[in-house]
Amino acid sequence: MAFDPKKHVMPTQDPLVRATNFKEVALGYSPTIAKEEALRCLNCPTKPCVSKCPVHIDIPSFIKKIKEDDLEGAYSVINESSSLPAVCGRVCPQERQCESACTLGIKFEPVGIGRLERFVADYHNENAKTKAAKPESNGHKVAVVGSGPSGLACASDLAKQGFEVTIYEALHKAGGVLIYGIPEFRLPKKIVAREIEGLKDLGVHIETNVVIGKTITIDELFEEGYEAVFVGSGAGLPKFMGIPGESLKNVFSANEFLTRINLMGAYLPESNTPIFHAKKVAVVGGGNVAMDAARCARRLGAEVSIVYRRTEKELPARVEEVEHAKEEGIKFELLTNPIEILGNEQGSVSSLKCIRMELGEPDASGRRSPVPVKDSEFVEDFDCVIMALGTSPNPLIKNTTAGIEVEKHGCLIVNEEEETTRQNVFAGGDAVTGAATVILAMGAGKKAAASIAKRLLNK
Amino acid sequence: MFKIVSKKILNPTVTEMDIEAPLVAKKAEPGQFIILRVEDDGERIPLTVAGFDREKGTVKIIFQIVGATTEKLNHKEEGDYIPDFVGPLGVPTKVEGLKKVCVIGGGVGCAIALPIAKKLHELGASVTSIIGFRNKDLLILEEEFKKVSDKSFVMTDDGSYGNKGNVTMPLKEMLDAGETFDEIITIGPLIMMKFVVSTAKPHSIPVTASMNPIMIDGTGMCGGCRLTLIKEDGKRVTKFACIDGPDFNGYEIDFDEAMMRSRQYAEFEKKKREETCNLFKRN
Repeated sequence: MAFDPKKHVMPTQDPLVRATNFKEVALGYSPTIAKEEALRCLNCPTKPCVSKCPVHIDIPSFIKKIKEDDLEGAYSVINESSSLPAVCGRVCPQERQCESACTLGIKFEPVGIGRLERFVADYHNENAKTKAAKPESNGHKVAVVGSGPSGLACASDLAKQGFEVTIYEALHKAGGVLIYGIPEFRLPKKIVAREIEGLKDLGVHIETNVVIGKTITIDELFEEGYEAVFVGSGAGLPKFMGIPGESLKNVFSANEFLTRINLMGAYLPESNTPIFHAKKVAVVGGGNVAMDAARCARRLGAEVSIVYRRTEKELPARVEEVEHAKEEGIKFELLTNPIEILGNEQGSVSSLKCIRMELGEPDASGRRSPVPVKDSEFVEDFDCVIMALGTSPNPLIKNTTAGIEVEKHGCLIVNEEEETTRQNVFAGGDAVTGAATVILAMGAGKKAAASIAKRLLNK
Repeated sequence: MFKIVSKKILNPTVTEMDIEAPLVAKKAEPGQFIILRVEDDGERIPLTVAGFDREKGTVKIIFQIVGATTEKLNHKEEGDYIPDFVGPLGVPTKVEGLKKVCVIGGGVGCAIALPIAKKLHELGASVTSIIGFRNKDLLILEEEFKKVSDKSFVMTDDGSYGNKGNVTMPLKEMLDAGETFDEIITIGPLIMMKFVVSTAKPHSIPVTASMNPIMIDGTGMCGGCRLTLIKEDGKRVTKFACIDGPDFNGYEIDFDEAMMRSRQYAEFEKKKREETCNLFKRN
């Protein structure tokens, strides 16, 4: 068989068609393509890909199972390390993780590990006959705060060991950022729903509409008999730039815009959730959230520009999202920084004043920091501006729980065991790291689950 | 699911409901709010707590019918359920240590002002209440305010009940006559609160205003409820009403900006409400 230097292309919806709907963009490998892609894996003994996976999935082993047509076997290998393969196969930045270390990648394109992971997980979800059985209880109660990736992973690992786990979710639907943040066209909600159903089969209780720190405090959870608490409350408060005009109408945080669309279904014509149907939108920022907001705005009918102060190389978003955004007709205004949002007499956005940037000397992080180009200001008409600049941690838990300490950015402080400064309160995900990825959050949730199990079972 | 234990029509546009929500009832304090949804895929709306019964485990809400969601809520009856009801959110109104307070409510804002007046009264403070409405038909909670106030005024814009005029008139008269308060607490339309502040200003009486902006999650996540405080040195500070408020120092609030922002979805709301009303019409 001739060796293919390139990754097998992911079949996708046509860009012109998908820019008008919210259906999934990437359609997934067929079994034939998946096997051909699997055959590209050299099965190197050193497994460099594994070391770059935040949860150390045994990648060559699961790919080997695909080569052998043992797809359930492949799923079992992934499942040993990952709680959410159907999710991570879709949203992980593989080009910066596993695939960045692939030996093939030195000369050719790396193996499409993420695409294979998704293929295996989707195969399992469609074909698995048996439901997970609820393990026998070990009599220990654990509370999990938040039902995003870290909370789901922590709950899953604990439930499998017989812990009685209750997840408390502030919103009306479980899933955290997987539900309110990542849009349907990138992560169909039925996939998240299936993961959550799987947890319920394991005996996990999910209580929505409970804000820990307000409705119930962490102290009260301990009084109710929980022996440990895992806090996976996410990153929280959206950042704004602090430039004039940010309070004008039709300036939104990406969180608000995406939540209205994803959690509250504002893109559906019959929805009662208000959303502004803009004609021309500027999305400020270059991460995955910025891409999601831009592509949602596009699907609602707007002409969209991404405004980012560094170059394409520094865009923090997944490469695939950037490519998809471009194919969908989203314009990239790189090396550009907004300095003022201008409004009309109704107090609504009318235009955005920006300045061109250039890359200067490397800063403390080693990245070349953007500096303004003198006299390069320009004004472009927009009727909506979406700020996707990241988030800062929510102070709710810290403010209502004695003994929990945070670092200078407000992130919860944890030790190597993922335990906070308060005994038996563990934490992970964005609440600890600040805005990061689904897989890192999931990894932290798993690690915390292991620590909690060790603590409670060795008592 | 949360049960509607009782429902009372206070006037043609304002309805009161007691909702069974024991966890919220256990913690709620005056000035805090809840978020509810009336149906799956529906919108989340914030409503300030209008009362609570810790023993019965119920929370009282009083709402004005303005959009599709409040229209649908108003069509629910005693014994019906709503899918979501979360709280208590926000910071309770600070009432401790206050001895003499003027509580000023406008329209449906009176529903929120009442539990605050009640709590002050229970703590032994002297309460002067001023409540204002557009006309007699929209009057709510008059007796309830009387019960907890040492002195009370009812104002209507058209003079169809009580005294003709707006809520700042009796306030100005009292202040000009030398009356003084530890604090004025005001809840109602933004324009009313803005004028309460300007009336109190010459007399340097602290004013707390309770804001009710557009919001989604109520936990600090969306930033839709942001408002600007203008500090003494002129510095503009962005605050989130859901976690920093809903109460703010009235002298610092940029009311003009808040009024503009409150109209973000006004047209959408009106259109959706009309659609919803048509759905409920027979034939």
